[in-house]
Amino acid sequence: MSLLRETLESGKFAVTTEMAPPKGTDLSHLVECAKPLVGRVHAANVTDFQSAVMRTTSLATCKILKDVGLEPVLQMTGRDRNRIAIQGEMLSAGVFGIKNMLALTGDHTVVGDHPQAKGVFDLDCIGILQTAETLMDGKDLVGNELKGSPEFYLGASVTPEYAPIEIQLMKMQKKINAGAKFFQTQAVYDIEHMREFRKLTRHMNCKVLAGIVPLKSPGMAKFMTANVPGIFVPDNQIERLRAVGKENWVSEGIKMAGEFIRQLREEDLCDGVHIMAIGAEENVPAILDEAGL
Amino acid sequence: MIISENKPMSEILGFLKNAEKVVLVGCNQCAATCKSGGTEEVLKMKEALESEGKTVLGYTILDPACNLLKSKKDLKALKTEIADADAVLSLACGDGTQTIVKNLKKKAVYPANNTMFIGETKRVGEFEEACKACGQCELGWTGGICPVTVCAKGLINGACGGAKNGKCEISQENDCAWVMIYERLKEIDQLDNLLEMRPMKDYSKQNNPRYLNIKQKQQQKASAKA
Repeated sequence: MSLLRETLESGKFAVTTEMAPPKGTDLSHLVECAKPLVGRVHAANVTDFQSAVMRTTSLATCKILKDVGLEPVLQMTGRDRNRIAIQGEMLSAGVFGIKNMLALTGDHTVVGDHPQAKGVFDLDCIGILQTAETLMDGKDLVGNELKGSPEFYLGASVTPEYAPIEIQLMKMQKKINAGAKFFQTQAVYDIEHMREFRKLTRHMNCKVLAGIVPLKSPGMAKFMTANVPGIFVPDNQIERLRAVGKENWVSEGIKMAGEFIRQLREEDLCDGVHIMAIGAEENVPAILDEAGL
Repeated sequence: MIISENKPMSEILGFLKNAEKVVLVGCNQCAATCKSGGTEEVLKMKEALESEGKTVLGYTILDPACNLLKSKKDLKALKTEIADADAVLSLACGDGTQTIVKNLKKKAVYPANNTMFIGETKRVGEFEEACKACGQCELGWTGGICPVTVCAKGLINGACGGAKNGKCEISQENDCAWVMIYERLKEIDQLDNLLEMRPMKDYSKQNNPRYLNIKQKQQQKASAKA
């Protein structure tokens, strides 16, 4: 059983972090960032061509992290692979003993660095979850018997600040029906929104990891609010960051993330957190220190 | 309707670089509505080619270009001109152009149009893509809005997390198909449709080239019953 599953199912507060594979074959920085996290996080979620940008694959990076001693979560999007490739990738993850998988539809190719590419989207995230369940049952999608099958703790994503929220809630229920046991949310900053989201989803049979993206500058906060779907940074947080002066932005962002995690825990608004440092993975231990984790 | 638009003149002149004498063929259906191949556009093309020193031996507007037997008959009216021409320029859609090619086996036929999509006229001169011809219509449970076409990712199990203020992640110009489907299903009291797990789409129905013979299909049905 995966450590992430064990942690969440035993009711403990889970901590996962996000690792982005590099553009290139040099994974040394990633490995350096990963080492101090061993024993401090329950799993590291490896992005799959994040933002539709070409990089080393999630699978290869998961294997490297596993070798370092960090439990990986394989991300699988529908953007780049048809159902044959998706199944093959899942079997390959099984070969490496990767035991967590997060199913995502994936950002569209046009938002990435190869907008000329043909988006695949043969399966959506529901189809990816169903495929994983099928393989775990020892069959492929057309009923052929498998010689050995993978074992995954399955997850998916949800955007708590999506409007109208009913669309996300209905899809969340569908993802649960398709096999998702845990959810990681899009980055949240407003505690009131998490209170509301917890109220709306408490009855659902799943665990929720709140998405944490530490702010690095007032500009980043404004940009995300304006441009990133489902992200909303309240004005008072942008103001707080601005007030401390440029040289303290990063440390204040870390502090704010830590405080937010503490508050989420105190009020039992989630079952864990998923920290996405976006290019500043080296700051994750400091966030955990601030959060008392 | 098939939406098409004229290619840039430079590309058309490139096709015709070795052709002096040309015959023009338009289409009175979709291409005429799209202002890419009706009488007016064919006459404009005639003028443009003549100003480039070409000789236009004749022209016709098929109605429609994509009916193989009817096209064949209608093209006969220009038999002599076509025989004399170095090339035929089609202002029909890609389908119409191929129909013309099938009828003029020994003549070079070039397209003057780019075929864009299957869609509808929103208002005069404004068109919107509506159908991907996927072979398995999903409109029955989506309130009549096509997710295969209108959703940039062609999702069939509901929205991704990418929309903002009801707009698609790939363009602020595009409404999110799934927000539209949600609103529409709410209107007609069928929101439960969104909770239904859709089977993985069978893309083998989309394998091209596709073919349909109604008579053959009816015969097969009849013999299956017997």
